[in-house]
Amino acid sequence: MRERLEKMMASGDLFVWASGATLAISLMMVIGILILIMVNGMGYFWVGDIVELTLKDGKHVMGQSAGREIIPNSVTPEFPEGRGRIRVKIGNRDLYGLDFKWVDESAIASRTFPPDAVLLERREWGNMYARIKAIYKGDTLYTEGGENGWKTLSPLVEQANTLHARIYRIEKVAIGEINTEIERARLNIRALELRTPPGQAPHGPSLDRWKSAIADAETRYRQQTEELEQLYARFNEYAIVMADANGQEKRLPIGQIVRALRPNELGMAAKVGLYLGNVWSVLTEDPREANTEGGIFPAIFGTVMMVFIMSLAVVPFGVLAALYLREYARQGTVVRLVRIAVNNLAGVPSIVYGVFGLGFFVYAIGGTLDTLFFPESLPSPTFGTGGILWASLTLALLTVPVVIVATEEGLAAVPRDFREGSVALGATKFETMARVILPCALPAILTGMILAIARAAGEVAPLMLTGVVKLAPTLPVDGIWPFLHFDRKFMHLGFHIYDVGFQSPNVEAAKPMVYVTTLVLILVVVLLNLTAITLRNYLRKKYAGSAV
Amino acid sequence: MQPSLSSIVNNDTPSPQAPDLLPRPLISPAPVRTDQGTAGPAPKIALSDVNFFYGASQALFKVNIHIPTKQVTAFIGPSGCGKSTLLRCLNRLNDLIEGARIEGTILLDSLDMYGPHVDVTDLRKRVGMVFQRSNPFPKPIYDNVAYGPRLQGIRNRAALDTIVEESLKGAGLWEEVKDRLHASALGLSGGQQQRLCIARALAVKPDVLLMDEPCSALDPIATAKIEELLFDLKKELTVVIVTHNMQQAARVSDYTGFFLMGELVEFSDTKTIFTTPRDRRTEDYVTGRFG
Repeated sequence: MRERLEKMMASGDLFVWASGATLAISLMMVIGILILIMVNGMGYFWVGDIVELTLKDGKHVMGQSAGREIIPNSVTPEFPEGRGRIRVKIGNRDLYGLDFKWVDESAIASRTFPPDAVLLERREWGNMYARIKAIYKGDTLYTEGGENGWKTLSPLVEQANTLHARIYRIEKVAIGEINTEIERARLNIRALELRTPPGQAPHGPSLDRWKSAIADAETRYRQQTEELEQLYARFNEYAIVMADANGQEKRLPIGQIVRALRPNELGMAAKVGLYLGNVWSVLTEDPREANTEGGIFPAIFGTVMMVFIMSLAVVPFGVLAALYLREYARQGTVVRLVRIAVNNLAGVPSIVYGVFGLGFFVYAIGGTLDTLFFPESLPSPTFGTGGILWASLTLALLTVPVVIVATEEGLAAVPRDFREGSVALGATKFETMARVILPCALPAILTGMILAIARAAGEVAPLMLTGVVKLAPTLPVDGIWPFLHFDRKFMHLGFHIYDVGFQSPNVEAAKPMVYVTTLVLILVVVLLNLTAITLRNYLRKKYAGSAV
Repeated sequence: MQPSLSSIVNNDTPSPQAPDLLPRPLISPAPVRTDQGTAGPAPKIALSDVNFFYGASQALFKVNIHIPTKQVTAFIGPSGCGKSTLLRCLNRLNDLIEGARIEGTILLDSLDMYGPHVDVTDLRKRVGMVFQRSNPFPKPIYDNVAYGPRLQGIRNRAALDTIVEESLKGAGLWEEVKDRLHASALGLSGGQQQRLCIARALAVKPDVLLMDEPCSALDPIATAKIEELLFDLKKELTVVIVTHNMQQAARVSDYTGFFLMGELVEFSDTKTIFTTPRDRRTEDYVTGRFG
């Protein structure tokens, strides 16, 4: 026995087993995380049937089933397997205050899937699960009853959504533009005031021009508000009265409804269609209801744009630094120390970079920019507050060591033969570097960029100090000159997860959104990396044979 | 065709030192000594009292050689004898090595290679080099050959086309690659790659071509092709070849220098070296008694 054990130790079999097992465990954990996120995240888009539970005490509960569990400490001699309870998403937050309810299975008398149960997705208060009682036009009855109401409802919802799109366009785009114009004119007048000596009133043709611009914009603003009022009147013209499972009634304007569904009547194909539609709307729509509903488009956009700005900043910066370190600096103690410092910089906690970004980029540089170029809008800051540019630059600083190290390795791996070959043809050191060495090191530089992206896209802590917000009213890119607004605050998927998951007033309702956002964040990072990897492989093929 | 002195020397106005550069006795009036390479016709490159150091260790000791114009000169000797180091002194490639230092003078025609006003890159355009390991850049064949001309600022497509074709023909590679000029150079065979490197060196129209064991990684057929090439090349330019292979030196060179431990033991026309060497050590080496 002992002999066998000794033999096993000597042969290294145990070691092989241990190393294999470690790898397997790591893989299983990664796959487990992915499966958990996939299942929870993908499930969010599925429109489940509406179940109506009749309880033994005569009450009714209606909603979508959302899981089952064994009641803790319920295992008794009579119930050796314990008693179960199911969780129902009952919605109707304006009526009940809660979105979810646990129902003891022993209290249920019967379960039905009523075909006339309606799921209303609303702009406020979350979903409603109820039956249609009547539809009113103003105060007069329009239609009555479930079937008639359902037939009338769909076109009305469609009409309301068209109106909503127009209202959105006016509120966000048209009035936004007018506000920007007025603000710009106001700032110009303010700048004029700052330039005129004290004691004198500002005057001149430009003042008149700005004043008339403001007057003109205000006229247009009044026109737009008038149009808005008309639209709102039509928007709220129809109202629907719904009755919940227990007969409690609720009247709401049709304009509040995003979508009305009768899930129990839908076939498989329709549900799959709905599923895909839901995926699309989450990816493309603005969030609603404290981010727990609606889409996450601004967060996706913010994340991607931030990564792009960061890459644009970090790659040239890191490559130039690495070139100097590797090609020009005299290799010695100083360079070695610099290299150690750079490597250690990669290990500094990210929140430290956040504090630095706040102090250096936001307050020092941003504040200086404000006093130099935007004195008229002070005390309200332009660049002297968190924004997408500062957040991106902070992350660039965070990831620059990665790029430097990768580039240096790439440069070191370019064979000496290439350098000598180029120099022997009469090339200077710079020409050799630009024409032979850098192209050969490009794949390594891209590897650095990939690592930088992977690190930066998931980083949240520094962003919280340098410009991320839970709800940004506008994207950093829009149709108003200068189109790219680097000073704007932005939304980010990583911060969105934190905000929805931990800062939301409605945790249960937010949970699926957390998984969805996580899934999207992972996909975005993977997609960004795949793009860079494809580019690298292309370059590698182009410069095949270099040992990078 | 050769670049004038002023194109190599940076300052056009004659400096006070300028006369010092030019008239120097290239061939000493002293009687011919066979350990001081002064054999043959007018020298292209003249080395006098060249010492070379890698940091503290000396690699070359008082080397004197006159390398004749438009001939093939071979450097032979055992590993570590300094023949490659000497070769790399001739285009100042050793400048890249940190801590390397040279003493003595090397004249290219009448230009002091290590003089204070020499533009090294211009010098290297006049003295091309082919390395032991073929090192085409990871670029298309065309771009490899056009690399040098482009460095010189030639952008005209037609002019580049002509240079590329002439250079490839000069290296005996044109027929093999003319249909795939824009394919990667790394797809070529070892021998083809080495000839591409020769073409690349020829494209800058050098006066001198240095070859550092150009065939050591090649098979006999590829070697034969390059050796044949040397006979054509020496019509146009001066070739200096370092080789391990004594048969090769005997086949291709007109003059041969034998090195041992950083010293030039004997320099003479090839026939003499291989048949009636004056130095005992040369005889031992060429007859295979050591090395």
